[in-house]
Amino acid sequence: MSSDPRDEIVTHLPALRAFAFSLTRNFALADDMVQDTLVKAWTKINTFEQGTNMRAWLFTILRNTYYSNRRKAGREVSDAEGIFTESLSEKPAHDGRLQMNDFRRAFVQLTDEQREALILVGAQGFSYEEAAETCGVAVGTIKSRVNRARARLAELLELDDNDKLEMTDQATMAVVSGARPSGALG
Amino acid sequence: MVQSRRNSKEAEAIDENLKRVYQDMLEEQVPDRFLDLIAQLRAQDDQSGAGGDETGGASA
Repeated sequence: MSSDPRDEIVTHLPALRAFAFSLTRNFALADDMVQDTLVKAWTKINTFEQGTNMRAWLFTILRNTYYSNRRKAGREVSDAEGIFTESLSEKPAHDGRLQMNDFRRAFVQLTDEQREALILVGAQGFSYEEAAETCGVAVGTIKSRVNRARARLAELLELDDNDKLEMTDQATMAVVSGARPSGALG
Repeated sequence: MVQSRRNSKEAEAIDENLKRVYQDMLEEQVPDRFLDLIAQLRAQDDQSGAGGDETGGASA
């Protein structure tokens, strides 16, 4: 009795939805894509190599579905209604980390390719190699997308300025913060 | 040096936030429609497969 690799698919559903959602920024569209992906994965299971990363395989199917739909539609889906940014519950950040909604608002402004690379590497924990294979591009391409995505996010969130402040010595800091309300001048 | 240290701090801060956003999404309840769909696909296989115990790749 060999086990059916398809039994494993269900365990990847939350990740598949999270990936679809970060790509589409739209619940309804994300779930439609997950549904398509499930059907394709089920019927093409013989193209899955046992022992390899099933999550990466499923993500590949999902993203191919997304990009081929996008090509047909001829445009990127936008988060015009703020679905992504507003629909997830805000959890309080007591520890000085960025407010999640600020972060989400910046995140949705990245290109599809940047969001995808960043989610795979930064959140899902794929290696650059796994991410490259999932996206069907060279490892160097993934690396540069991740770097550009981070730089763009930093720019949007103005992390640069905070870091510069942190590196100023304390005396200077005191003068600066005494001289003007922090953040009032850029 | 300073530049790259700053970049890695940035990357850390960004990834931390990214993981929280992703974690929020992972914790979303998976709708029943997907479990129903899988059950449906499985039922179709059982019907057409007749033998029952075959795994996926019809053309072996």
